Amino acid sequence: MISVQDVSFAVDGARILNGVSVDIPNGGITALIGPNGAGKSTLLSLMSRLQKLQVGTIRVDDLEVGVCAHDVLAKRLAILGQSAEVTQRLTVRQLVTFGRYPHHRGRPTEADHAAVAEALAEFDLTTFGERMLDSLSGGQRQRALVAMIFAQDTPYMLLDEPLNNLDIAASRHLMQRLRHLADERGRTIVIVLHDINYAASYADWIIAMKEGRIVRFGAPEDVITSDTIQSVFETDADVKTVEGRRVVVV
Amino acid sequence: MPRNRLIALACLAAVCVVLYMTLAARAPWSFLLPFRGTKLLALILVATSISTATLLFQTITQNRILTPSIMGFDALYVLIFTLAVFFLGSQAVMRLPPQMVFLVTCGTLVLAALLLFGLLLRRNAKDLFQLILTGIIFGVLFRSLTSFLQRMIDPNEFATIQVASYARFNDIETDLLIIAAPITVIALVLAWRRRDALDVIALGPDLATNLGEPPLPRQWEVLILIAVLVSVSTALVGPVAFLGLLVVSVTYVLVPSPHHRHLLPAAALVSISVLVGGQTILERGLSLSTPLSVIVDVLGGAVFLFLILKGKRI
Repeated sequence: MISVQDVSFAVDGARILNGVSVDIPNGGITALIGPNGAGKSTLLSLMSRLQKLQVGTIRVDDLEVGVCAHDVLAKRLAILGQSAEVTQRLTVRQLVTFGRYPHHRGRPTEADHAAVAEALAEFDLTTFGERMLDSLSGGQRQRALVAMIFAQDTPYMLLDEPLNNLDIAASRHLMQRLRHLADERGRTIVIVLHDINYAASYADWIIAMKEGRIVRFGAPEDVITSDTIQSVFETDADVKTVEGRRVVVV
Repeated sequence: MPRNRLIALACLAAVCVVLYMTLAARAPWSFLLPFRGTKLLALILVATSISTATLLFQTITQNRILTPSIMGFDALYVLIFTLAVFFLGSQAVMRLPPQMVFLVTCGTLVLAALLLFGLLLRRNAKDLFQLILTGIIFGVLFRSLTSFLQRMIDPNEFATIQVASYARFNDIETDLLIIAAPITVIALVLAWRRRDALDVIALGPDLATNLGEPPLPRQWEVLILIAVLVSVSTALVGPVAFLGLLVVSVTYVLVPSPHHRHLLPAAALVSISVLVGGQTILERGLSLSTPLSVIVDVLGGAVFLFLILKGKRI
């Protein structure tokens, strides 16, 4: 369980997070939604120590973020940030092998190579293994990055808007893979999503944020309602139920 | 594949070293061996320092155009030396043992570099263009301050500084070798021990943090190593503008590997081949008609242009 307690965060005096407390349950996909500037990405980056905590505590099971040694936490929790752009010339296989670094510390063993092959297969990248990253499409590159943090083999995976700039096919493919990881491999996935319909279709839990606070937390059918959309996003979109799933009419 | 390339580069460097030692050997070996041997050792130290410093710098900034010399590291070294002469007088500086002058200048450079570039990297690490521009302006500032002080100084004292301000491969400060060699070796060993962590740092701050290598403490460590290595090469032969860029760009093309366990030795071997090979041709073939630094800069500029025009990612 990722346990966030009384976390506040400010940049140059501007409040980004205001006393956020939440327990993210183990297993399944938890989606963070909310308007731009609600503090979703900040919360995620604090959980994953990409930014330093100012006020409050965050625990990943028994490990406290900011106190726990970096290499220990790297085996517990993996993060894919929004601006994960690799400037180096790497093949897909080399990138995914870096995901095993917390385990091999620079000297990949047979077991690491096997885990890399498994990650490539899991994300349909086996045929791309020797391709250079910069020769891939945006969707394939994003898949390679997710494959890398999957290979890291951590119980928790945090993803910040991984669907950015992906078309519908690539987005659905990636979400289906994540769904599969949560269901078949018991990974706990926390994901920031902009498109509420993806959150409603694929997530088990939804955390709605507004102005640095958590305003709703629950199952999609409880959170995604016309009222919530109105109060959180301040727009009057209709919410319909299609085959048991909530769909926001845009 | 990188292994075979490394072996080929090692052979090339060895050929350059053997030619440097044996070509046109007219004096007895009892004289030649220590005479040429000392200069060879200095060239190898300088070559390895510059290539390693440049590679490390490009790794912590995730950028393949920046070099310590573009960011003004060596200009800062010359400025510190000039300040010493300006305030203490050349007589006082010359009377001190050169090893001590070197140690003090090197120590000051490490402190100044940590202060300036450490703060700069910390505040603007994400804004690359600001980083490059600030670095270039720092370089210009250090050079202008140096030439300003040099103009105010007594002409006799100016001669002392002038020697330090220009690259000189023929007149290497071999007195300093006793102290520069062990310092360089220590810095190189420390860099080598970090080789696997450096691979991860090169992926950028977010991915490095995710993989358990916090970039910030590593950046400080590496900055200290860079400052020490730049001090060594600048003290021994003066500032060399284009060598680092030339050598490291060529290395990326010759040994396309993301791993520092390949890149560090490869860059050092390319650097040794260029410096020792170039010096051999100049000393033995062209009887010292042109300074090596001019040729290195011309070659460096040409390779740089070639890389850009070919559309290679640099």
